[in-house]
Amino acid sequence: MEHRKLIETSCSHFNNDPRRMLDILWQIQNSLGWISPDTMELIAQLTNTYRVEVEGVVTFYAFFMSKPQGQFVIHLCEDIIDRYAGMLPVQNAFEQILGIKVGETTKDGLFSLHLTSCIGMSDQAPAALINDMVVTNLSPNKTKILIRTLKKTRNLASLVKTFGDGNNSHELIKSMVNNNILLKGDVLLGDININAGLNKAFSLPPEEVIATVQASNFKGRGGAGYSSAKKWLAAAATQADKRFVICNADEGEPGTFKDRVLLTERAELLFEGMTTVAYAIGSQHGILYLRAEYRYLLPYLESLLTKRRNEGLLGTDILVDETENTRFSFDIRIQLGAGAYICGEETSLISSCEGKRGEPKNKPPFPAVSGYLGYPTVVNNVETFCNIPRIVDKGAEWFTSIGTPESSGTKLLSVCGDCTRPGIYEFPMGITLGEVLSLAGAKDPEAIQIGGASGVMVGRADFERQLCFEDLPTAGAIMIFSSQRNILEIADYFMHFFIEESCGYCTPCRVGNVFLKQGLEKIMAGKGETSDLKYLQDLGKTIIQTSRCGLGHSSPKPILSTMKNFPLVYAALLKEHPDGRQAGFNIQHALDESRIIAKRRSIVFDPDLGGD
Amino acid sequence: MSDNKKITLTIDGKTIQAESGQSIMNACDAQGIYIPRLCDSTGLVPQGSCRVCSVKVNGRVVAACTQPAEDGANIEHESDEIQGYRKDLVRMLFHEGNHLCPICEASGRCELQAMAYRFGISQATTYPYLQPVRPVDASHPDIALDNNRCILCGRCIRASRDVDGKNVFEYVGRGIHKRIGVNGDCLADTNADLNDYAMSLEVCPVGCIIRKGEGFFSPVGERQYDSDKIGSNIENHTAHSSLGKLIKVHQIDPNDAIHDDIDQSNVNEDKS
Amino acid sequence: MKKKRIATTSLAGCFGCHMSLLDIDERIFDLLELVEFDRSPLNDLKKFTRRCDIGLIEGGCCNEENVHVLREFRQNCDILVAVGQCAMMGGLPVMRNAIMHSDDPLRECLDEAFCTPKVLNPENQIPNDPALPLLLDKVYTCVDVVKIDYQIPGCPPSGETIWRALNALVKNEAPALEYDLIKYD
Repeated sequence: MEHRKLIETSCSHFNNDPRRMLDILWQIQNSLGWISPDTMELIAQLTNTYRVEVEGVVTFYAFFMSKPQGQFVIHLCEDIIDRYAGMLPVQNAFEQILGIKVGETTKDGLFSLHLTSCIGMSDQAPAALINDMVVTNLSPNKTKILIRTLKKTRNLASLVKTFGDGNNSHELIKSMVNNNILLKGDVLLGDININAGLNKAFSLPPEEVIATVQASNFKGRGGAGYSSAKKWLAAAATQADKRFVICNADEGEPGTFKDRVLLTERAELLFEGMTTVAYAIGSQHGILYLRAEYRYLLPYLESLLTKRRNEGLLGTDILVDETENTRFSFDIRIQLGAGAYICGEETSLISSCEGKRGEPKNKPPFPAVSGYLGYPTVVNNVETFCNIPRIVDKGAEWFTSIGTPESSGTKLLSVCGDCTRPGIYEFPMGITLGEVLSLAGAKDPEAIQIGGASGVMVGRADFERQLCFEDLPTAGAIMIFSSQRNILEIADYFMHFFIEESCGYCTPCRVGNVFLKQGLEKIMAGKGETSDLKYLQDLGKTIIQTSRCGLGHSSPKPILSTMKNFPLVYAALLKEHPDGRQAGFNIQHALDESRIIAKRRSIVFDPDLGGD
Repeated sequence: MSDNKKITLTIDGKTIQAESGQSIMNACDAQGIYIPRLCDSTGLVPQGSCRVCSVKVNGRVVAACTQPAEDGANIEHESDEIQGYRKDLVRMLFHEGNHLCPICEASGRCELQAMAYRFGISQATTYPYLQPVRPVDASHPDIALDNNRCILCGRCIRASRDVDGKNVFEYVGRGIHKRIGVNGDCLADTNADLNDYAMSLEVCPVGCIIRKGEGFFSPVGERQYDSDKIGSNIENHTAHSSLGKLIKVHQIDPNDAIHDDIDQSNVNEDKS
Repeated sequence: MKKKRIATTSLAGCFGCHMSLLDIDERIFDLLELVEFDRSPLNDLKKFTRRCDIGLIEGGCCNEENVHVLREFRQNCDILVAVGQCAMMGGLPVMRNAIMHSDDPLRECLDEAFCTPKVLNPENQIPNDPALPLLLDKVYTCVDVVKIDYQIPGCPPSGETIWRALNALVKNEAPALEYDLIKYD
């Protein structure tokens, strides 16, 4: 086989270890452009797995290609925010200038065009990925210039004329992405003292580090509001010779981009946080699970890890206590994801780190007891890890003085949609939604999606509510929709998103979401009846109750929350059909093809021929 | 898994004894209480994907096949709510694939069909029929695969991997496009054999795996589920042709050989 | 008790369900005590003489005439019952929905049926007499086209099943079938 050598080298670079399957596939795809069946066969032989298992992994992730691709693979973000920012004209422009449709490759083998879920650029939409390069604020005109430039230069770097703010201009990033930090709080985005927290932690016994965080009433920033310290205690208490600390940087929730900014501007704080937690629970190994959409940050993040290794902050024996005869070693590897929203779910993320299909695992056992490769594992998200060194450095009392009694500290919000100042805001917990909207310059806000697709959509009645765990919890996405927007169209897009991103493991999520979307489409087409509302409600309840993981527990929410908070939008489209006919059935449409083939019209259904 | 410590559960108000470490399903099976199931099969590692075995434990709906029984747990099993979910799930599977019972060789011994019979499903739902067009693989001389009937229970995957040690099947794709892939371009490319446990009648609950040249074993009226409800063997503690047979399971993990650096005691036995 | 008026028809079906109705044997006399038949192939009545209490539909919809008849039944019957797998979910005719992959599915279907070397049809003619109803783009189940009140499953439902279901329906009850009467084949 032609590429045998290359595949062998890639596999042996990762010790032919099937647990590094994602890394192996990335390396091979970066060279060959796609993973052919023959490639899968060879990988399977080299890693002692089966071709169908490799195929299972390849076909699970959106960014692994099982068909030949062009030299430049364009992934245009089709998120609802991008759509409202003008993504469809951009898509048309791409299709026109390239002469291909979505999913196709140009004849010259230069370009492939795909649509993808949110790539975390909602504050600079429409955006796209061209290979690993992010292009933002697209317009049909800009699109044409991009393609022309690429055709001429064949060089991605030539696309970036001006760099974004902050570290986006760092020589290892050199990206046009902007941070858009619009409000700096005291905890994360204000002035911070790097490594102060870690050094303080090293001066304390591990139990006291956990105790400090526990005293600060800190809750995980992933949205569920679970006490991080409790997770750590469970992991620390589990007997094992290895423990793992994993950072979830798979920020896939539509409308969320705060982790991207933290990874750009506070990556050292993040690594410091992971090291602090590792020290607290006695872990030697860390993994940063970076979503593939952010792989333009990979060289920069790797360089920071190297820097910290050189500074003695990562690696073997970074803390040696001669009197107690204890040694602490900790290092971090970066696991690149490959395009799967479900991998934001902690057990799916662990499956993915193990080189498998990113499907959730059964709980119990919980990851803190048996996670990555069966070892106790702590999974926290980027914002959570960034908070930890700050709490250890400044103390629990300082932290609880910020926010509400139930929710201490600050919250990063990614604000996007119909507003004049989209970007990142660090607010103290408990800020009202209305305050956020006015600071962001919301234009005629009608409906706000809190927490991305898996969150809820609220209306004006809820603008006085507080963003905190005890009132309106959010993982950080605030999508603003003005009264000009069609609420059902938004809910419909979110259903499309969940159908695309469902792993398909369990019946209710795999099948039920498809039915939910079809039911909503029927209503949108003006063919719904009152009974359809109950149908959607019952179906949604079955999906929420019986699904295996958080995706299915949330996926009906866009429909259920809009039905609850915007009942009139639905009611206006419903129409009863007392004649007992199904509005969804269109006899004219059903006969169209037949008329052409038979070259005659219907005696029954063509009115001018006497039909009804 | 079981450490023989006795625990007590309440199921629909009835108190039963179980062994610590048992799944809720195994605990109930031992007491003659049948919890409906499709993706679980005796001798295979449970994976909790069909969700038909949903029960409510202390207010939360979980899959009985994978959920460990905990001392003092209060389990809701045949309430209207839970039965409703189960019916919905079975209907979803009927509507997801092309289940044309009149032309299916598995009719009468099909577990999906039998489950619908057990649940008394005779009336229409509002669910749409998805009518997929999935390729049929008839390449193998002895076995054909009609994927249009597949309910993605994955029993063939686990049977081939854990019992036969072959990995003929694996899940590929995701979401509604998820399907069972074979280890090659088609089934004839694999080392699948008619004598594999994965190809036996016990494994495929529907008519997806077809043994060529066999079929229509019993006349209508005398088929497996014509008069016996699915699960009645558990409820009546009677030996049954399919479930009474114990299959020896060898757990074969292709990773074992190269990853002996992992302390096995720490590795979760449940690989699914 | 006033006799219930029943109409029956066979759309895209095989008349097997009607045959099965006759399988209730001598109980047909008992049935005639309870019901009288309006439009039905059993009495060769082609049009509704008046409004009916119950309509029994065999078969799904594969052509325009099926749709027309089904809508007439919906319009003229208080309770509409889908009898058998074809009426419920398309049955055998619905298999054509699964062999159609192209953008031009009906053409593909007709070519497969009439224009392959497998069939003896030297001129590759597709039947197209003006008297033939136009085919639909695919096969629809009854519930796709009109609202259906009840179903009687089976291919065909046994005489016993139909007998029980009809007995319930004439008493204005929902047909509740016991375990051995629910069959999908």
